[in-house]
Amino acid sequence: MAKYSVVSLIREGLRGHAGWRRAWRNPDPRPAYDAVIIGGGGHGLATAYYLAKAHGLTDIAVIEKGWIGGGNAGRNTSIIRSNYLFDESAAIYNHALTLWKGLGRELNFNIMMSHRGVLNLAHDEHEGRQLKRRIEANRLNGVEAEWLDAREVKSFCPVINIARDIRYPVLGATLQRSGGVNRHDAVIWGYARAADALGVDIVQQCEVTGIRTENGQVTGVDTTRGAIRTPKVASVTSGHTSIIAGMVGLKLPIQSHPLQALVSEPIKPLVPCVIMSNAVHVYCSQSDKGELVIGAGIDAYNSYTQRGSLNIIEHQMASLCELLPVVGRLRMMRQWGGIVDVCPDASPIISKTPVKGFYINGGWGTGGWKATPGSGHVFADLIARDEPNAIAAPFALERFHTGALVAEHGAAAVAH
Amino acid sequence: MSGYRLSDGGLTDRGTTLRFSFDGTAMSGHSGDTIASALLANGVRIVGRSFKYHRPRGLWGAWVEDPNGIVDVAWNGRTTPNLRATTEPLINGQEVRSVNAAPTAAGDRWRKLDLVSRFLPAGFYYKTFMWPRWERYEPRIRALAGLGRLDPGHEPAADCAQVNARCDLLVVGAGPAGLAAARAAAARGETVLLVDDQDAPGGALRWRGGTIAGSDWRDWAEDAVSTIKAAGGRVLFRTTAYGVYDHGLVCAWRRREAGPDQLWRIRPGRTLLAAGAIERPLTFADNDRPGVMSADAALRYLRLYAVVAGRRIAVATNNDAAYPVAAALAQAGADVSVLDSRDDSLAMAECALAVERNTLPSAALGQEDLTGVLAGDLRLEADTLLVSGGWTPTIHLWRHAGGGLRYDERLAAFLPEGGMPAMRVAGAANGAFGLAAALADGHAAGGDDGPAPPVGEGHASYAIRPAWPDPAGSGRAWIDQQSDVTVKDVALAAREGFRSVEHLKRYTTLGMATDQGKTSNMAGLAAMASITGRAIPEVGTTTFRPPYVPVPLPVIAGRRRGQLFNPPKRLELEGRHREAVAGLREYGGWLRPSWYGADGAAAIDAEARAARRAVGLLDASPLGKIEVIGPDAAALLDFECYNRVSTLKVGRARYVLMLTEAGIVYDDGVVMRLAEDRFIVSCSSAHVAGVRMRLEEWRQDRFDPARVFIHDATAHWATIAATGPKSRDLLEATLPALPRQALDLAHMAVTETALDDAPLRIARVSFTGERSYELSVPQSAAAALWDRLTAGLATLGGCRLGLEALLILRAEKGYPIIGKDTDGLTMPHDLGMTGPMKKREDEFAGRRALFTPQARGADRRQLVGLAVDESAEPLPTGAHGYAPSGGRRRSIGYVTSSYLSPELGRPIALALIENGRERLGERIPLVHLDATFEAMVTSPVAYDPAGMRLDA
Repeated sequence: MAKYSVVSLIREGLRGHAGWRRAWRNPDPRPAYDAVIIGGGGHGLATAYYLAKAHGLTDIAVIEKGWIGGGNAGRNTSIIRSNYLFDESAAIYNHALTLWKGLGRELNFNIMMSHRGVLNLAHDEHEGRQLKRRIEANRLNGVEAEWLDAREVKSFCPVINIARDIRYPVLGATLQRSGGVNRHDAVIWGYARAADALGVDIVQQCEVTGIRTENGQVTGVDTTRGAIRTPKVASVTSGHTSIIAGMVGLKLPIQSHPLQALVSEPIKPLVPCVIMSNAVHVYCSQSDKGELVIGAGIDAYNSYTQRGSLNIIEHQMASLCELLPVVGRLRMMRQWGGIVDVCPDASPIISKTPVKGFYINGGWGTGGWKATPGSGHVFADLIARDEPNAIAAPFALERFHTGALVAEHGAAAVAH
Repeated sequence: MSGYRLSDGGLTDRGTTLRFSFDGTAMSGHSGDTIASALLANGVRIVGRSFKYHRPRGLWGAWVEDPNGIVDVAWNGRTTPNLRATTEPLINGQEVRSVNAAPTAAGDRWRKLDLVSRFLPAGFYYKTFMWPRWERYEPRIRALAGLGRLDPGHEPAADCAQVNARCDLLVVGAGPAGLAAARAAAARGETVLLVDDQDAPGGALRWRGGTIAGSDWRDWAEDAVSTIKAAGGRVLFRTTAYGVYDHGLVCAWRRREAGPDQLWRIRPGRTLLAAGAIERPLTFADNDRPGVMSADAALRYLRLYAVVAGRRIAVATNNDAAYPVAAALAQAGADVSVLDSRDDSLAMAECALAVERNTLPSAALGQEDLTGVLAGDLRLEADTLLVSGGWTPTIHLWRHAGGGLRYDERLAAFLPEGGMPAMRVAGAANGAFGLAAALADGHAAGGDDGPAPPVGEGHASYAIRPAWPDPAGSGRAWIDQQSDVTVKDVALAAREGFRSVEHLKRYTTLGMATDQGKTSNMAGLAAMASITGRAIPEVGTTTFRPPYVPVPLPVIAGRRRGQLFNPPKRLELEGRHREAVAGLREYGGWLRPSWYGADGAAAIDAEARAARRAVGLLDASPLGKIEVIGPDAAALLDFECYNRVSTLKVGRARYVLMLTEAGIVYDDGVVMRLAEDRFIVSCSSAHVAGVRMRLEEWRQDRFDPARVFIHDATAHWATIAATGPKSRDLLEATLPALPRQALDLAHMAVTETALDDAPLRIARVSFTGERSYELSVPQSAAAALWDRLTAGLATLGGCRLGLEALLILRAEKGYPIIGKDTDGLTMPHDLGMTGPMKKREDEFAGRRALFTPQARGADRRQLVGLAVDESAEPLPTGAHGYAPSGGRRRSIGYVTSSYLSPELGRPIALALIENGRERLGERIPLVHLDATFEAMVTSPVAYDPAGMRLDA
């Protein structure tokens, strides 16, 4: 892998950039691999990278039906944080956060990881109490978190209106300073390039049409570009986890919903951090190009179309204008949708399955992006050892039988 | 300085002079000008700077396609960033500033950045800025990026109305095709809604002109508009249909001269897209120089505003559509020469001007401004170069709706492919180029099988010979002018493997600027096709997403702001509460009295005491009143509730829990049986909508919907609760007509009676642990009942009871509030309710989950009380109990409610604590935001554990 640096940029600049090589090869699928990962999104590519790097498993392929990063990896709002309530969630998201910190240098690809801080706003006393409880839960789990009162919120993020006479006054906020945003495409390309350099085949335009098993053991996959023999198949197909699992007859407790996001036109710096509000129900940050990146809640219905309904966008815009009325002079430039797989407890599945050699990583709901490196890291470990490590174990499929849910969903209590 | 205005002609009102400034220089224009036409008339060449290299940018287009004329406009004390100069009307007093340039577009201090551009190719930032970390560089890069500047002092009002509209046929675009279609449909009696983003009908006819049905096109257009209106239709100008959503919903942004903008949500029977086509650039070295402009745009500036783009004009084209432009400019007095990539064509043959055949520009000359054109060996002096690389049909809405595309080699364009039930495309958007073709296509699309109106001569030919970017060309040839993407960048992307059109877009930012690639996407994907040896359709397009043009956020948000953002639900008796100096706050979406009186703390204390000693009167109207009616009502409720309901006798009430499918407590409430087949579910006020939804879902999923009905009557009834040992006395004293048996109701009994001819339901249900009566009457009778009851309070030593005191009273009794004292893991047995799960053998929601190993396991968090010293402050809500674990602290649960109990004279608290019930009497440490506490685990019931007060 030719090293990227300011020196190489200058060198190539002087010779018309003719010397840059492919960031990753574009191989045809080979007839057999030690393991096949279905899905060239963030989690899939991270899984491949860590399988190769940490476990020396390099005879592997990532099979992508479209172009890498074209699913939820390219559609999320790229928010990174780890201030989850439950111990199990905190463990995996904090593991991810730790990996994010050095990832750009490790991959030698600038993923623009910007630890600019994530604010979760409290709009009433009840919410304030909830958030303070969360801070202490975070601290008990070694997750960095602090409480800002309204004045401190204003000084951290001056664009926030802290007047008390508005519909949802800002009484305070939790702040995770190490949270932030990054450039999602760069993460994809960085992982792809690094995994490719370690020998991983990244096969695009190749759709898996079936998974072969014999006596309850995976033997290969059928694809639109031919059959591939392999003893291990790992599905990392957010939005379509149920469909891939269905290929081995596995039924998952997952519901798929559209999730929308949008960007404004670019403007000079306005929002210095990530702002999240549950009561007003919107989250927002500003990209390095200057666009406000805005997300909201899922569409309530189940769907596999990567588009959502207008009323969600209307509410999202109303929320943003309510929260930051100054943006009323801005325009929406582009909106889009992805599909999120949601488990009953709003926590992911990282798991072996009843089919030997078939592994699932999915069901991340609306929060998968931030977990990317952590998820790939522990999933690689699971695939390599056929046993989950301590971080992955709570997210096994068995929990839907044992009842050991990691219920981040319901933990957000409802006011009476 | 090249553009100028002719002494007459155009559609502007020359009688009105409008003053404005650009980058601080005073200028003037006329009413009817756009900012762009006024700038051009004032000879302004450089209107801005490019995003990355700060290259000078001039006007390229004349409408929404223009990538360059992005300006901040201050007017009337407020600044709007990123306006398109080409579509923004000129207004007197506007201060126009270029974006991405300082201090002025012409004198931008960052313009030297272009000198190092060779080191800043597409995606250069992915290869550097990693050491020591990105944040070291980010602030400076962010400050350089972004276009306009948002005025932080201005908060625009939420005043954009949202209009819902229906029609038989929605026609998008009032050009020849759209007008013909709308006219034909209206003539057949259809209700037509015709929208167009310009301020008058005609589309390109407005600057290209034409004869239709034997007379000037204006007569025909006028007739079309009257036909539409006569058939009950509407025509909206300055209205951009910007997106299509599920089920054919079309959104349009309407700008109005008087009054705020509007969002139109249009649900048409069918939609006809007649949005025309957009002219493409030609790609050659330095084709981004100010002075290089779309030929069609130049004609538009000439005909609408009488502004001539330059004096020495070269026109370069690969199709016939640029010839009328060249002729018109020559007629206007400009020195015009033509370069054509083709050997011969109809228009070329008829052209009176000198035409250089088989020639296209290879480079634009000049530095900050165009001075000439190089075409192979040919060198032309020119201050303006008008280009036409062909036309790209505007099929965005068709793609939003899911329509297919095919690549048409003859027209060198992507055209709509296949059919869709509720949408059609016609005119230039459908590849029907030229007036006659467009008219005929629209006429047929409007449903008229007869011949289309005849048109005059001279509009027939197009005859494009594709001229796509040449990857081998020398110099820097621009594809995306706003984002600074050149052919070399596309080649670099291909070299590095970013060959998918989506990778190309994301790696180079091609098409990601505010124009969303209207003029650049085709050239970009053609360049990629040629570099990678693929056909254009193999490369394909990126996904088309709304909006077609950037739409102001308030237009989408509408009037949802402040109180209207999420209107709190209001009590019928709010006026009465305000008269009684209630402190009103929001609880579960309802605005309710927290307490009565100026001093909140004292009032809460007094109210809580009064309810324990005498009587408190609570407005409990938000309590759920969901009626479940029908022969299967009992069965449905048995399934919905954790506690069996069917065994309830008529006239009795039962406290129930409702569980999620995961066995988690979703809500609690009281179910009353008013008749064999009629129940009322009195759930918590915040959960009414959710419980109703669950009931409805189970009803439809599991039951015969004809045998059970759900009716949420919460808003129809007011409920007033009298609670306290003297509650019976209060009813007796103030409601003498009340039947004896109502007063004598047993705890958890309910009866229906009447008062002053209004129905009255009385239930003995208590949320305080005291004897209580809930009186429910229709809202219309609420005030009279409240007045009678409150009149009797003073004599008995009672008072009005606010929510805060109620919260204390219920906490003293250990009554949980679901969602506050429970969380996403709490099951019924964690609250001590084990009866039904032990006894019930029939199915109910959540049952299976109650028997999982986890549900039956040890270490469950159970609801307990926590006691601290009498002198101590109440524990902070949210404080975690903890246990040491390997040198760290491990949370064993947390405080869910905490108050100072007036009655007990000490703090009380409820908490969810691991194995709480086994820890009774144990002292546990707690921590909250660095402060530590200690408390003793107790029963959750701190007051009257024997329940003697219910019938006191």
